This record gives sequence, C-alpha cells and structure tokens, in this order.
Amino acid sequence: MEKSPPGVPVVIMKGVMKTAAKKESFNYRLWKYDGAPGELIPLLQSAQEHFGYIPRRAITYISGVTAIPESDIFGVITFYSQFRLQPMGKFVVRACAGTACHVSGAKAIIDTIEDELEVEVGDTSEDGLFTFLTVACIGCCSLAPVIMVNDDTHGRLTPASLRKILKEYRRKGKKIAESAVGAS
Amino acid sequence: MKKIIVGMGTCGLSAGAQPVYDKLKELSEAHSEICELDITGCIGMCFREPLVEIQDESGRTIYGDVSSELAEEIFNEHVLSGKKVDDERIIFSVASDGSTSGSEATFLDLQERIVLRNCGIINPESIEDYEEIGGYQGLKKALTEITPEEIIQTMKDSGLRGRGGAGFPTGLKWSFAAANKGDTKYVVCNADEGDPGAFMDRSVLEGDPHAVIEGMIICGKAIGASFGYIYCRAEYPLAIARLEKAITAAKKKGYLGENIFGSGFTFNMKIKQGAGAFVCGEETALFASIEGERGMPRIRPPFPAEKGLWQKPTNNNNVETFANVPWIIANGAKAYSSIGTPKSPGTKVFALAGKVAKGGLAEVPMGTTIEQLVFNIGGGIKEGGEFKAVQMGGPSGGCIPASLKHTPVDFESIPTTGAIMGSGGMVVMDQGTCMVGIARFFLDFTQSESCGKCTFCRIGTLRMLEILDRITRGEGVSEDIPKLEKLSIQIKEASLCGLGQTAPNPVQTTIRYYLDEYKAHIEDKKCPAGECEALVDFVIIPEKCVGCTLCARACPVDAIAGKVKEVHVIDQEKCVKCGKCITSCNFGAVVKR
Repeated sequence: MEKSPPGVPVVIMKGVMKTAAKKESFNYRLWKYDGAPGELIPLLQSAQEHFGYIPRRAITYISGVTAIPESDIFGVITFYSQFRLQPMGKFVVRACAGTACHVSGAKAIIDTIEDELEVEVGDTSEDGLFTFLTVACIGCCSLAPVIMVNDDTHGRLTPASLRKILKEYRRKGKKIAESAVGAS
Repeated sequence: MKKIIVGMGTCGLSAGAQPVYDKLKELSEAHSEICELDITGCIGMCFREPLVEIQDESGRTIYGDVSSELAEEIFNEHVLSGKKVDDERIIFSVASDGSTSGSEATFLDLQERIVLRNCGIINPESIEDYEEIGGYQGLKKALTEITPEEIIQTMKDSGLRGRGGAGFPTGLKWSFAAANKGDTKYVVCNADEGDPGAFMDRSVLEGDPHAVIEGMIICGKAIGASFGYIYCRAEYPLAIARLEKAITAAKKKGYLGENIFGSGFTFNMKIKQGAGAFVCGEETALFASIEGERGMPRIRPPFPAEKGLWQKPTNNNNVETFANVPWIIANGAKAYSSIGTPKSPGTKVFALAGKVAKGGLAEVPMGTTIEQLVFNIGGGIKEGGEFKAVQMGGPSGGCIPASLKHTPVDFESIPTTGAIMGSGGMVVMDQGTCMVGIARFFLDFTQSESCGKCTFCRIGTLRMLEILDRITRGEGVSEDIPKLEKLSIQIKEASLCGLGQTAPNPVQTTIRYYLDEYKAHIEDKKCPAGECEALVDFVIIPEKCVGCTLCARACPVDAIAGKVKEVHVIDQEKCVKCGKCITSCNFGAVVKR
C-alpha cells in the first residue's frame, strides 16, 4: 500500500472531532501518531478496545496512517492471542486453563461451559450473548478452578455452581436484549 | 487513629474484596474522626482472601475470609468498641511488643521478605507510603554517593542472580551493557509473566510498583541508559494501572525525569502492554514485540548487551530482580549475600498453587527444601491427599517427585532433578494427578505457543503432543516412549530460544520418575491416577445420588438407568466416557475411577 499523506485520512478526522476529548481513544491515537516506531501493537490494542474486535476497516486505517503493509499488520494480529478478528459476545467467558486450574479440575469446568452455553472454545454463541475462550493463567491460582466473565472473576467452582452462574448471566443478557427491543 | 486496610490485589478482588471495601468505606466515613481506610497489595495469604487488617494501639490484626457482613461486625466490635472479633477469624496478629500469633502465623513467620518487603504493608498507590519506609533512598545513594562502577560492583558482590529463571548473575549482565559504548541504551523490565501457575511478579507490581521503578532507574544509572520499558502482560490490568499511577507520581516527585536528585542524571520510562504470547518472555522476542513486530526470537550473538532493543545496547531483567536492587543498594551487598546459599544468595518468591492447602506467595531464603515449602509453609496437601510431586518452572520446567522432597531450592540443586528454577511457580500435585496427563498438558501449551520459527520446535512439539494424546487415549504403543525420548533431545538441540530448548523438560522428567505410569497407560490401558477419561470407569456413588435423573437425561447414549428418587447406575458396556454425567450432576455423585 502507498504511503498516505501525513496526518489522518478524512474519514477518521470526522471521528476525531467527536472523540478527541476522550483521552487515548483509537481515533485520537491514530491522529497523534507521529511515525514513532513500535506503535503498531498499541494501535491495535486501542482498536480492539474501541470496536470490541479488530474489523477489516481498522486494519486499512492503521495501514493508511502508519504505512505498514496490511499483510504485515494481519501477521501481527494473528501472532498474538489477544487480538480477535470476529466480534465478541456480550459476555466473554474466559476459563483458566493454567496448571493450578488443570490440577484442580479445569477440564470438567470447560466441558460444563461448552455444554451449558452450547459453544466450543474460541466461538461465540448463536444469540451473540457469549464468547468462550480459554486463557493460560488468570493469576489467582489459589482460587482454582477459576473463570472470568468480562471483568468479574469466579473461583472455587464446581460444575453445579458454574451452571448457576452462567444461567444468571444468560438471564441478565436476555433482560438487556428485551429492554433494548422495548426501547426502540 | 485506627487504620483499616483491605487487601486489594487481584487475588483479593476475585475473592470479593470490593464489596468489603465498599462496606468499610461507608462505615469509616461515618466515623472519620477515629479511623481511616486504606488499601494494600497481596500479602501472600491468597488462600484466606479477602483480608482485612486493623492497626490500633494493640498492634496489627489480620482477619481472613471476610465477607461484607463480617466486615461490618469487625468494624462495630474491633474498631468502635476495641474488642477483637471471634479468634478463629484472626489469621495473623502482631502485638505491640512484636510477638506474633494467629492461625496462619507460621505461614509468615517462616518467611524472609526482601522482594515482598512492602507487599501487603503499604498502599501501592501512594508514593508517600513508599517514601516513608525508606523508598527511593537506594536511588539517592546510587545517584549521589557512589559511581556507576560501584553500583555494578555492589551488584556483583551481592551475588544476585536473575530471578526470571535462568539465574544469570545480575551484576555481570549489567557490566556487559555498561561496557558497550553508545549514546542510547535501554533498560527493559520483563513483566510478561507467562508461566501458568506463577503470579509473584503480578503481586509485586500490584503491591509495590515503586520498588521495581526504583530498581530500573538504578540500573539505568549503572549502565548509562536514560530510558526504560516495562513490558507487562495485558492480562494484568490492575498491575498496569498501578504502574501507570506510580510512574506519574514518581515524575511529579522528581524521581523520574531530568536531573534526578540534582545529579544531572535523566531517566524516563514507559509501559508496553504485551498482547498474549508466551514466547515474548524470551528477551529477544520481547524486544521484537516492543518494536511492534511478531514476537519471534532473534539469533544471538549479537547479545542484547551489544544490540538489543532498536539495535541498541540493552539490559533486560525480570520484575523480581529489579525489586531486589533498591534493597541491595540501600543495605549493602553483604547483607544480601549472607542470606541463602553461597552460590545462590538471597531469597526467592514462590507461588504455591495446586493441591496445596495454603496456596499463596512465600518468600524464603535460597536453599530452603521443597518439603519445608510445601509442608511447613504451605500446610501440606489439601483434603488430606498424598503428596505426589511438585512441578517447578512451568512449561519449561519439570516434575520433582515426592521422593526428592529434601532437595534444596536453589540454582544448583534443582537442575540436577531435571526441572529448572524457573520464575518460581510451584504447582503441587497429589495422587489424583496423572503424570502423563501433566506432560500432555504442558506440551499442548508449548506447542500452541511455539512461534514457529524453528522447525523442531514447531513440528517436533506437535509430534510429541500427538504421541501423548494417543497414550492418554489408551492407544499408545511400546515404541512411543523411545520416540518421545528421541524427539526430546532433537527439539532441545535444534531450537533457537529457551522455549524450544526447554519444552521437552516436562516429558523427560515424567518419563524419568514415572515410567510406571506411562507403562500402565500403554500396556495395561489403565490410568493409575484415575484422570484420563478413556482409561477409567465412570461410576455413581450411591450415597451421594439423590435420583434427580439429570445425568440420565444428559447421557447421549442412554447408558444411565434409574428411576426418579432412586440411585442411578452407569452401564459400563454402553458408556462412551464423554463426561456429560459429571458436568450435569449437582451433587458431585459421579466420579472417575
């Protein structure tokens, strides 16, 4: 891809006007990019924060601003497990598959999640409510086995207590969806 | 003035410290004339979180397993009326005369805390707290009283060895970077704690971020660098937030920036978030990641001390190593080298997890035995289990069997067992852990984390994983063990970086110590630990079954028979061992045998 003129493509400038006040947003970061090396990963991280995943167009924007070929950017995205090219569900369920959790029965926990939510590791449920991922270690090994749902951690789980927690999230998610329909 | 402190590390928060804090905030604000509320990092007793500490004229009292109801009770009784609540909840207390008591007193009494000196003591978000207990005094000494050469000499004399796992002498490493001429050099702090089962770096960053920052600035002075990077895992949001706060505070106070302590020395730093790649714990891969590329290791030489980050001379150390530095500079090399063993001086922080009764962080002098750590500090095995092995060094390490429990933990003794010191994760296993399963678990991890650069690491680990998969499914053949051994040697010899060079360690150590278990899987098609699903029977414990029919309905092959409110039975002929009955049972009545 050709190097774009200094500054930011016009499409993004519009967004900047609206969001410049929000510190370090994706648009703001793109706008303030000054060619300093090593900014690609932070840019991708803020794109993911902004969109919930990295959409195709974000790769085009970043490539346009940084003059890094899209193929290289794609290579970096697929190398790191943090980055996702698909939208995430409303609730991201992360099951810890670290050593301590493995020893404490993470397998049964992962099976239970797959069964209860009807998703496999790495996928999003059909209703878009849940995305199920495994992570190497959440870092609260003494509470094993552990899962994280968005930013909340649930520890010392059994299949039974886990089902209860997941059902609660499903109820919450449906409620939000219903009220959104009602409002519109 | 009474002080109420809530442990707000990740472990505390996930055990429910936030509602406890909110409750105490509400209560203490109503009585602000007699008490103040503060937060602190992880004190290491993760197994009793959430923790609340009360400091008053009688000394320090720490309550464990605090709920918001108990917090209210503690507040009303202890803070307002001055009488301590129910003894069982007090897990540790220090009286005004310095004597310690409480149910978990031994956990702390047996430790020697240098790295964790402030964790669980100070408010990590307050630079004043850090200054009050002597923070940044090591830096002042390093900048105004001694020369860079003297700093390096002190580090050499202290005998401190890299705490990231390899154990390279820190002073020597610094002298290499110092010897390379160049106007731009970098200090890098490796906070990409990727070993599953290790969480000491996270606790240090969350509990005492200024110690790491101070250590990095001292290193900058010693090697002649004026910029530092902290490469921290994105999975540690709290650690990143506290580091950011600490850096801003240090800049305000003049510990970072230009002309620090009027010495003319300038140092700045920046946090770089990792993006989830285990291989980035390897220093050259870490540099590639900071530079915004795929985190793949580079060929050495040139070594980082010559050409590291951005091709400039770079010194890279681990979080725990940097946290030691201010203490060594302030207290002198001798104070440090007198602790531990002659060849591995100082202390080491271990993260105890797995089937140990008291999981948490423990800092002990080097040379402490595995037995002392697991039994005296960790309180032995959970639920009366039998100690089988301890896994050290994460996916690069190995399993040390119970028969070698007298092995002292230091850089010389651990490698003789086939394991490595590693960053300090210690996962304890009991008789219910299958050692073939553990080897498979780690291989699965290293195989998916291999960056793909070296063929043997990329393909060899996959072949090993396939063999281990086959063995755990009961389809192993007798040639599999020699094949695994051969592949192990080849992968070790033909890989560029530490990931590949150590990836076969878990397999090699389990074959060395648990050959019987491998043979049982291959020849008798049995899993002695009762873990590998294909090789065990699923049975229902009659005493626990209430006859709810959930398992029978979940079973995809109708192998479970039984009427409502009657004990159910699994037909072993029909059972396909999918495990649905285990995950569907609300009473824990289905087990593997």
